[in-house]
Amino acid sequence: MTSGPVVTAEPVMTTAAANTAAAGSAGAAGADTIVDAGTRGVGADVGRPDGVPKVQGRFAFSSDLWADDFLWGHTLRSPHASANIRGIDIGPALATAGVHAVLLADDVPGCITYGLEHGDQPALANGQVRYVGEPVALVAADHPDVARRAAEAIVVDYEVTDPLIDAEAAPDAAPIHPDGNVIRELIIRHGDLDSSGEVTVEGIYEVGMQDQAFMGPESGLALPDEDGGVELFVSTQWLHVDREQVAACLGIDEEKVRITLAGVGGAFGAREDLSLQVHLCMLALHTGKPVKMVYSRDESFYGHVHRHPAKMWYRHHADRDGRLVKVEARIVLDGGAYASSSGAVIANASCFAAGPYKVPAAHIVGLAVRTNNPPCGAMRGFGAVQTCFAHESQMDKLAAALGMDPVELRLINALDSGDRLITGQVITGTFPVAEVIRQCAGAPVPDIPPSDDRRDLPGGSGRTTNAADTVRGTGFAVGFKNLMFSEGYDDYSSAACRVADGVATVTCACAEVGQGFVTLAQQIARTELGVDEVILAPAQTATIGSAGSSSASRQTWMSGGAVQAACRAVRVQILADVAADWGVSPDGLVLRDGLVVSLDGQQEALLAQITAGTGYEADVEYHHAPTEALDENGQGNAHVSFACAAHRVVADVDPDLGLVRIRDITTAQDVGRILNPTQAVGQIEGGTAQGVGLALMEEIVLDNGIVRNASFTDYVIPTTLDMPDVTIAAWVEEPEPNAPYGAKGIGEPPTISSSAAVAAAVRAATGLPLPRIPIRPADIALARNEVQQ
Amino acid sequence: MPDPYSLRVNGVDCEVADSDLAESLLFVLRERLGLTGTKNACTEGECSSCAVLIDGVLTCSCLVLAATAAGQEITTVEGLGDGRDELSVVQEAFVHEGAVQCGFCTPGLIVAVHDLLEANPEPSDGDVREALSGNLCRCTGYGRILAAVHSAAATKRSQP
Repeated sequence: MTSGPVVTAEPVMTTAAANTAAAGSAGAAGADTIVDAGTRGVGADVGRPDGVPKVQGRFAFSSDLWADDFLWGHTLRSPHASANIRGIDIGPALATAGVHAVLLADDVPGCITYGLEHGDQPALANGQVRYVGEPVALVAADHPDVARRAAEAIVVDYEVTDPLIDAEAAPDAAPIHPDGNVIRELIIRHGDLDSSGEVTVEGIYEVGMQDQAFMGPESGLALPDEDGGVELFVSTQWLHVDREQVAACLGIDEEKVRITLAGVGGAFGAREDLSLQVHLCMLALHTGKPVKMVYSRDESFYGHVHRHPAKMWYRHHADRDGRLVKVEARIVLDGGAYASSSGAVIANASCFAAGPYKVPAAHIVGLAVRTNNPPCGAMRGFGAVQTCFAHESQMDKLAAALGMDPVELRLINALDSGDRLITGQVITGTFPVAEVIRQCAGAPVPDIPPSDDRRDLPGGSGRTTNAADTVRGTGFAVGFKNLMFSEGYDDYSSAACRVADGVATVTCACAEVGQGFVTLAQQIARTELGVDEVILAPAQTATIGSAGSSSASRQTWMSGGAVQAACRAVRVQILADVAADWGVSPDGLVLRDGLVVSLDGQQEALLAQITAGTGYEADVEYHHAPTEALDENGQGNAHVSFACAAHRVVADVDPDLGLVRIRDITTAQDVGRILNPTQAVGQIEGGTAQGVGLALMEEIVLDNGIVRNASFTDYVIPTTLDMPDVTIAAWVEEPEPNAPYGAKGIGEPPTISSSAAVAAAVRAATGLPLPRIPIRPADIALARNEVQQ
Repeated sequence: MPDPYSLRVNGVDCEVADSDLAESLLFVLRERLGLTGTKNACTEGECSSCAVLIDGVLTCSCLVLAATAAGQEITTVEGLGDGRDELSVVQEAFVHEGAVQCGFCTPGLIVAVHDLLEANPEPSDGDVREALSGNLCRCTGYGRILAAVHSAAATKRSQP
């Protein structure tokens, strides 16, 4: 075991490096012993390089950082969904012993607002608050409790106004923001809109507000620099877009904001927007001291955006044979008080509103609106989750109307490569929807006998359900979404590779949020360079260009592509020099097993010798194929690539109590190509669990804009007792042209179709329509009473 | 500030100075003693990311006032491996089975699984699920974690 620095015993400046230094060596020193590069490269079941420090508690997360003489920051937040601020008295807070600073909107040195798509969100409330939890004031003190008490001592004179909480009323309501209440309206008109089918089904569907509920709360540490700049260690999904927004709010050059990725305790979209980044830097620059901030769990619920609640009106037209003729839909997403990424989320919801099916005609109206509810933005699945629940509910309804098998209905309509989406875009990559459906639906249904173990019953150990009272149902769903950013956005990634003394060092600002990019980066370097030891340099803004966001299922493709290209550029340099030296063609040389080898077997040399000293280095930017904006009819080649997944769920339900126990989940997924089997399983199981949570238990409950369940006591996520084993019936491997190694991103599809499949299973068990997720016990028990009465 | 007191953590007596008596054991471990392996996901006793053993009893350290743990044997994730360089059977299994993604829940799970296998060397799947139902994980969906627990149990049973 190579020894790395003990994170907590080192100054903070080395902690991020400690994680990555450990990453460079622990893979070789942990569970796996060193084996040749061929078995530790792309496609191999290689363990995470940060696995060992993580199981030992030595991995430094963003809440684990410290620096000499640091202060604790705290945020005062609005208790009102809508109010004007008539005045703020910070006197009592400033007078508190141990308090070093109290800052307000007027103290924001640069631009007051920030935002991912539109800069419409104030860093601190500027005369007005628009949602419960909006930051109003910042405190820095020598103890977190002192900071908290001082924040409570700040007197804010609010003039409370009626909040706008009804998304459907928002477009016609008085504007609650200078930018208006409609964040984006997107209309898709495709094919013959006068066409109609012999069979039509309609439905109105709703999805509640889901929270990403990552485990590691928002946290970070900012240190003032002597040049007037600031160094920030923070958990985020996209270092460079943070830097851009932070620098603008601080009113300093981007180069003076140096951001390093600290250990990230999960993300799932919630770290794409800024939370405490500007606040930490303001406090550090104002006090001249390092400042640390760690949100509590309840504050975390206010501190990041959520999945958009949705209301969706659908009408499907089909012919008697079940072929879809037209899909009409109206989709309203509640964006909350600020825009965040709502514009892109409604685009996804609308573009993928009809599901992965051949639909000759479509009329979709997508609307993302502003209200005084908590801001919503990115969460795993990004708009496709909401519409998948609606279109799959519709497909089941249509199958029932036609008297057709629901799986067969999906199969005859399944999109394939060469088909057109409702945006007019022809799918040029692989898109094996039918095969994914067949593999998932065709897997044997496990024989799950009635169980005497109370833990297997709906309601679990509470002993509330009798086995004899449960009914069983099976549901099926398929969903899809895009990979990478869309609508003309060039979300490139940058990477550098250096090979010296036979060791590769990869530099990339890709945010490792738990997904395992660090493992893939090492695998890619091994495959391309024939080395075993691959060191990952810290992810930071000062040393490398943007990697884009760890979102949209894009980093395996984009940053994987950047690392591959950087390694290949280095390989070309090495082979050119060796070829010149040996008087042969570089085409006849390869790198493998730490050697440069001629294919004719005549010559070989140690890579460590060839690259001794300064070595070889390359720095690249990797871009995907360009996309286009959508036109006024929502038509255009707006997306790069697509991936789909299907789920089949077997659920037991106690109809009287409304309790559900999922007994089996089987899935198949369009993956392109698997680069690391264990990590792929982890993505599929984890993504499926988040879909199960949305289907049955997870919802931020709002009461006039006030969050009623900002805790893990009241916002419940699946536990070991809620999640059954996930059976992966198949990885459908059809390598994607143009994707590095043919691999598609795999993080999001499992979250898209799982919720819809759970809902379908509960419907099948109960016979209830259940048009809303999460399905709450009362939705089953009371609806059944109504039916009986 | 109250008088300094001493906590016995992972077999070592640690002086706790300048600490407010209202500070939780979680806070003192992390911020006073530098033992940041014990995690702070909810700090309200719901997620078990802060799990430690106090006199052998599995406990959420966020719910314990640090000063009340004086005189007791506290074991944190840092104390479970066989020294710095060796992983415990449970830690090894978590790495090997892919039970770690972001890793924030991992230390609490490692402590909880040590506790489980100490009490029940041959747990059924239901036993494992029930024992770990208080440990929230958001990344994995628990599949690889359960595989790691069963793998660790089998390894421990096969050892003399």
